[in-house]
Amino acid sequence: MRRLFQEKTTRNNTVTYLMVIAAYVLMQLLLSGGHISSALQGQLVPITAYIVMAVSLNLTVGVLGELSLGHAGFMSVGAFSGVIMSFLLESQIASPGLRLLLSMIIGAIVAGIFGFLIGIPVMRLQGDYLAIVTLAFGEIIKNVMNTIYIGLDAEGLKLSMSSSAALNLVEGGKTIINGPMGAVGIKKLSTFTAGFVLILITLFIVLNLINSRAGRAIMAVRDNKIAAESLGISVWRYRMMAFITSATLAGAAGALYALNYSTVIARKFDFNTSILVLVFVVLGGMGNIRGSIIAATILTVLPEVLRAFNDIRMLAYAVILILVMLARNNARLKRLFGQIKGIFTRQQAVVNIEEGGDSLD
Amino acid sequence: MAFLSYLISGISLGSIYAIIALGYTMVYGIAKMLNFAHGDVIMVGGYMAYMATTEFGWSPLPSTLFAMAVCTLLGVLIEQFAYKPLRRAPSLAVLITAIGVSYFLQNAALLLWSANPKSFTSVVPFGTLRLFDGRLIISGTAMFTIIICIVIIVGLSAIVHRTKVGKAMRAVSEDRDAAQLMGVSVNRTISTTFAIGSALAAIAGVLLSSAYPILMPTSGAMPGIKAFTAAVFGGIGSIPGAFLGGILLGIIEILGKAYISTQLSDAIVFAVLIIILLVKPTGLLGRKVLVKV
Amino acid sequence: MKKRAYMTLVVALMLCLALLASCTGTGTTPTTSGTAAKTDAPADTTKATETEKPEETDPPAESETETEAETTAAETTAPEETQGDLEAPIKIGGIGPLSGGAAVYGIAVANGAKIAVDEINALGGRQFELNFQDDEHDAEKSVNAYNVLKDWGMQVLVGTVTTTPGVAVSPEAFADRVFMLTPSASSPLVIEGKDNVFQMCFTDPNQGIASAQYISEKKLGEKVAIIYNNGDAYSSGIYEKFVSEADEADFEVVSTTTFTDETANDFSVQLTEAKNAGADLIFLPIYYQPASLILTQAKALDYAPAFFGVDGMDGILTVENFDTSLAEGVMLLTPFAADATDDLTVSFVEKYQKEYGEIPNQFAADAYDCVYAIYEALKDSEANAETSAEDLCTELIATFTSESFVFNGLTGDNMTWAASGEVAKSPKGMVIEDGAYVGMD
Repeated sequence: MRRLFQEKTTRNNTVTYLMVIAAYVLMQLLLSGGHISSALQGQLVPITAYIVMAVSLNLTVGVLGELSLGHAGFMSVGAFSGVIMSFLLESQIASPGLRLLLSMIIGAIVAGIFGFLIGIPVMRLQGDYLAIVTLAFGEIIKNVMNTIYIGLDAEGLKLSMSSSAALNLVEGGKTIINGPMGAVGIKKLSTFTAGFVLILITLFIVLNLINSRAGRAIMAVRDNKIAAESLGISVWRYRMMAFITSATLAGAAGALYALNYSTVIARKFDFNTSILVLVFVVLGGMGNIRGSIIAATILTVLPEVLRAFNDIRMLAYAVILILVMLARNNARLKRLFGQIKGIFTRQQAVVNIEEGGDSLD
Repeated sequence: MAFLSYLISGISLGSIYAIIALGYTMVYGIAKMLNFAHGDVIMVGGYMAYMATTEFGWSPLPSTLFAMAVCTLLGVLIEQFAYKPLRRAPSLAVLITAIGVSYFLQNAALLLWSANPKSFTSVVPFGTLRLFDGRLIISGTAMFTIIICIVIIVGLSAIVHRTKVGKAMRAVSEDRDAAQLMGVSVNRTISTTFAIGSALAAIAGVLLSSAYPILMPTSGAMPGIKAFTAAVFGGIGSIPGAFLGGILLGIIEILGKAYISTQLSDAIVFAVLIIILLVKPTGLLGRKVLVKV
Repeated sequence: MKKRAYMTLVVALMLCLALLASCTGTGTTPTTSGTAAKTDAPADTTKATETEKPEETDPPAESETETEAETTAAETTAPEETQGDLEAPIKIGGIGPLSGGAAVYGIAVANGAKIAVDEINALGGRQFELNFQDDEHDAEKSVNAYNVLKDWGMQVLVGTVTTTPGVAVSPEAFADRVFMLTPSASSPLVIEGKDNVFQMCFTDPNQGIASAQYISEKKLGEKVAIIYNNGDAYSSGIYEKFVSEADEADFEVVSTTTFTDETANDFSVQLTEAKNAGADLIFLPIYYQPASLILTQAKALDYAPAFFGVDGMDGILTVENFDTSLAEGVMLLTPFAADATDDLTVSFVEKYQKEYGEIPNQFAADAYDCVYAIYEALKDSEANAETSAEDLCTELIATFTSESFVFNGLTGDNMTWAASGEVAKSPKGMVIEDGAYVGMD
């Protein structure tokens, strides 16, 4: 029985990997054939960044079972530290690929450190109180980033909390982060391939974590904290492990995202972005990694496809979001889907649908 | 003297947060869901009162009642169509649906009333109070807001603790299944809660627009988040907690701006929030959750 | 497990459909931006004078996205009755926030540009076609919008409306060689180092310097307080230059306080601080919505300093139901006044009110000017719908920077452009008296 279960997870994971690789190969083929609109082409990198964001948040929300409303804060930290790194390396390293890699690593590390620091107080709380503290951290990061000025000149990096003039840059120096104006003049380094590789790495880390001893411990903590504790599982340690991993991956995604545009501002990574990523996770299914990937892709492309609706574009987006949530979670509609499915598979699919709700919740 | 006037501005701002937070906390306490669309119902309330005063030429009181009626209807409709089908779904699914409703309301308002801001005529019946030879000035809006907030708290507590509906609410909040077994109609109780919460949102909308008279489709979003924070701060699900959380949040925000930094005022508010939650992990007046083994 | 697999399948199917929709969209779209030969639709339409809507000659196998965009665009195109190659319209793209918190600016720009395009098309002669895309005031979305317009075959870009999206889009336009004229993205970062990006509005630093000089020269105040939005690029851009200029000016900055979009409700602290510091003038380099709140709350505090705003303050009188007596005596530097009495402004304001039921603000005026500036610049040009964006770009850069090109519009007379892309026009000092602008000079 256990082997059967293991085989099933392996198969399931393989499908996820294959899906990502197939999508990548397909896109590359279409790209080389010139069959892809600039609109879609321009979205490839942000889609990969959002996928990584969604998968990493799923680790906190789905696997660890805690609601985080400040995931964009880690993206912000990763984005800005990645951008600073890319500026520092600009004169040192010629290869853009290597610069991107190092920037993403730095973004990931800094976000990981923030994940640790924030995790210390956050992991002492539970439920909505934990959620509100993550929201608070996201807002603090945004607010503080708006008052930070960082410049680079011959003397090195300079920091100020008042204005770019207070940096006193020497001749030839430039402001990298200019308070509310954010970072400007970023050299675009991100590529679709880099995003694809980051997705694979993320999948590798997250799926292995879930299917490892640690992952089972994390899920045990989620399902019943006290029972897990009584079995000798160090609750705090495993919760921190999941949280920091999640933050680290978000930081890498942030660096990837930021280095795809010539400018990035702190306000981008606000509560709304955190919520957006949360929507990906919930829509894809909590704990369902493949679902997160698909949901992130669709919901990023959807507003663009809806441009045809002009004025009522965002209204249509809202309606679709509500309808999908209803269709996905309403017991009656689910039974309907189940019956349709039953016709195809000639099975009584109704049985396990009766309970309602997500199996992992 | 400056401190006193800051304190009064803080309490007045906090009263508005408190009224909004009440809506959050009631819905949470009874339906166990975070209704992120609450802030946008406030915005709708503001627009309704605006329409009533400027388009129909009504006086403040009937305009407010009109806004309350429309918001109540809106709240019940939202509940029926968007939340009721998800009664048995995980709470996060309902949260996302609420966000969808929030987007919907904002964009519908954008189409209905355009993005151009509207200036709201204050409904406050009395003027500014000047004390100590004009060194302490208390605006009529501030006094009015604080009074209304207290009236609402007292009224709401009376409803919850003295009426049959209130009893049903408390029962559903305590244990939904047990309440159902005892003959309480859970669905009707939840609908009533949404109706009351939305009516409160309308009042909050009118007060918010009176104090800060610029109405835009996004007007409700920011106070909504702040009030949600306030509700959690005070202990979500607790009515006195929402009141206390709202007032404290307003005071911290104003005093933080005045004495620490206007640039970092948001960061200060949230930092205080985090510290308090670390000391009291279930909010100021939140109940300790007993975990059964 | 099964039901989840099933749901995944459904979602995956949706994904495929979405991808297909966007792919087929391009499949049939003529790649106008390229220099390669295009034997597609536009070429046919130039000859086919009898067809009512030239766009309909496109293959019918188009995706929904395309047809929808085309038909809406077709409505803007005027009846064709004139000669040869001017008939097929030049495609003007527009980018700005049509939804979200900054929608008021984007919608104004879209409306203003549309009025200009309709007017020009009604004249006969050269025709324009406008396609305005929403960017939600977000850098990512604005680049998406730009790419959508590129697929559509945009030849000239009027946009973006706001600064941060502008900073994100202008390098794209620079790389693709698409001429970009922004009505209102006022940061110098938008045009910096890009020879094909031009501005219709003043740059932020210019406004800061001009304001400081104006206050100093006219002796409007001795002790100045500043309240600005430290979460906004426009506001802090003006503030920075204002402060550095203030060192040499005849006044003293006694109080500097800030707010962000999240705290743009209560200004009692900022106002009390200014009052206690004895400020007799408050400089407000912010937009008119928070400014109107500041005016209201200052009155409630019995505080009546002079208020001095910049072009973002324009619009305060158009807020519906606003008690204009609150704005009495407010001074501002602005290039546009909706109640000016010159023919051009009167006819524009009249048309705008008829179409949209609102009084236009400076954003609408800037957009109107942008379209007309492009129209004027192309007056003697051979360019037509066939011209590649790149060729048009080279041509427009040459015209805009040439000394003989002087443009008179709603937002200023005798405007000229430097090679940097910056516009030269003089701001008008205005003061609000009896609910209307009055020139201060």
